[in-house]
Amino acid sequence: MRQMMKGNEAIAEAAVQAGCRYFFGYPITPQNEIPEYMSARLPEVGGAFLQAESEVSAINMVFGAASTGARVMTSSSSPGISLKQEGISYIVGAELPCVIVNMVRGGPGLGSIQPAQSDYYQATRGGGHGDYRMIVYAPASIQEAVELTQKAFDSADRYRNPVMILGDGCIGQMMEPVSMPEYKKPDDLGEKTWAATGYHPGCGRERNIINSLYIEPDRCEQHNLDLQAKYDAMKEREVMAKEEMAEDADIIVVAYGTTARIALTAVRKAREQGIKAGLIRPITVWPFPEKEIAAAAQRCKAFLTVEMSLGQMVDDVRLAVNGCRPVEFFGRTGGMIPGVSEIYDRILKIKEGL
Amino acid sequence: MTEQLIIAGFGGQGVLLIGQLLAYSGMLMEKEVSWLPSYGPEMRGGSANCHVVISDEAVGSPKVEEATVVIAMNYPSMKLFERSLVPGGLLLYNSSLIEEKPSRSDIRAIAVPCNDIAKEVGNARTANMAMLGAFIGATGMFTEDVLVEALRHKLGASKEKFIPVNRAAIAAGMTAAKAFE
Repeated sequence: MRQMMKGNEAIAEAAVQAGCRYFFGYPITPQNEIPEYMSARLPEVGGAFLQAESEVSAINMVFGAASTGARVMTSSSSPGISLKQEGISYIVGAELPCVIVNMVRGGPGLGSIQPAQSDYYQATRGGGHGDYRMIVYAPASIQEAVELTQKAFDSADRYRNPVMILGDGCIGQMMEPVSMPEYKKPDDLGEKTWAATGYHPGCGRERNIINSLYIEPDRCEQHNLDLQAKYDAMKEREVMAKEEMAEDADIIVVAYGTTARIALTAVRKAREQGIKAGLIRPITVWPFPEKEIAAAAQRCKAFLTVEMSLGQMVDDVRLAVNGCRPVEFFGRTGGMIPGVSEIYDRILKIKEGL
Repeated sequence: MTEQLIIAGFGGQGVLLIGQLLAYSGMLMEKEVSWLPSYGPEMRGGSANCHVVISDEAVGSPKVEEATVVIAMNYPSMKLFERSLVPGGLLLYNSSLIEEKPSRSDIRAIAVPCNDIAKEVGNARTANMAMLGAFIGATGMFTEDVLVEALRHKLGASKEKFIPVNRAAIAAGMTAAKAFE
């Protein structure tokens, strides 16, 4: 049955369905409906919600809960996610699963509270210190946000690594019809034998130690190589992208999240005018669909990257295209949402130059 | 079919609810819908608006730039969003609070005395329902029953007692829109 849900609430409910029982956070617009929802919902299912005294506390509470093997989530928006970066780096280093939601708003600093995509670098390059990566899902609809949230918990467990849901104020605040899928845990996810659930003699296992400190550099290097093997596996298996009218397109727009929807309307408009435009929408922004874009570069004539930033993902598009086609950019930032006509005009301009 | 709506007024007039009920009704009609609120530092008495898309295909942009329908609950909203209408688009404006006439002549404009209707049916807070009634009266996009079902869902079982007065406001709004033309 379809029901109208706000993105934030839908993500929260999807997390509960996927077995998330712990949530630690601190309020910030435009994601407040997630903690609000969790504060009422988690006690109903025997879980716990806690509003921490800061984002730094919240992410470290996530670290603790994840250490016990529980499914745990935190959410915030840009300035709050910046505060969580130290904790995220530690969680990666300690190889723990968790889900982190970022409903991006205008930056830098306190910025604005309106939708933005200017945290792309931070999300995909690792905003914290150290050589690390995490899967970053960028939903473009509420239904997709629900599905990706559930998948995020599975991916986090599979790789023992944090997973980020990268939304924006629009995804968080918008309402759309949603059918809540029945969650089914994948068969390959077994017991978390590594979890620190309390050791006592005779408990039948060795002590489980959760730690990100490798004081000997050779061991730290080996740890990084082991982590790298996980990132390679993610790159191999976890890339998601959706193509719309891209097969025969001369001009391919690359956009993710809310911007991709606006771009899709512009692409439809261009098609109505006989312009062969198409869209490639990365659903994972890390790992990035570089093969899909490289393949498209062999068929199309030009790319247009559109973002709610002044140009971050465009770097990844250019890396994938590798100079064999021109890659143009259009962006709005600070909380301004690009318009269909603005994108359409850019498509038109590229068409004229072909 | 893709209807793109902007609903605007001042905070407290129930403009976000109008949008939610339109989107919910669209969903009940098996359409694809989206509802996008303005969520700036709004407050009661400040301005509030939302964008609703009701479509036969998956909704692309949830942000409305070229509106097929504008619902204005107060004068600043009419002034601001009238220009967003496509030629031939529908403007429904709350003539209880808006004395001015719309400036465009290439649109279909319907004056709806929402607050007066609300007073007549006995609950001043049903002005937004009168406007919703006017919307279905003017467009025939869905029936009064679909709208009431959406309202019932939104209000929940504990507020069932408010359904009759809201239904009366909807019916009066429908009549007002039909009488205007």
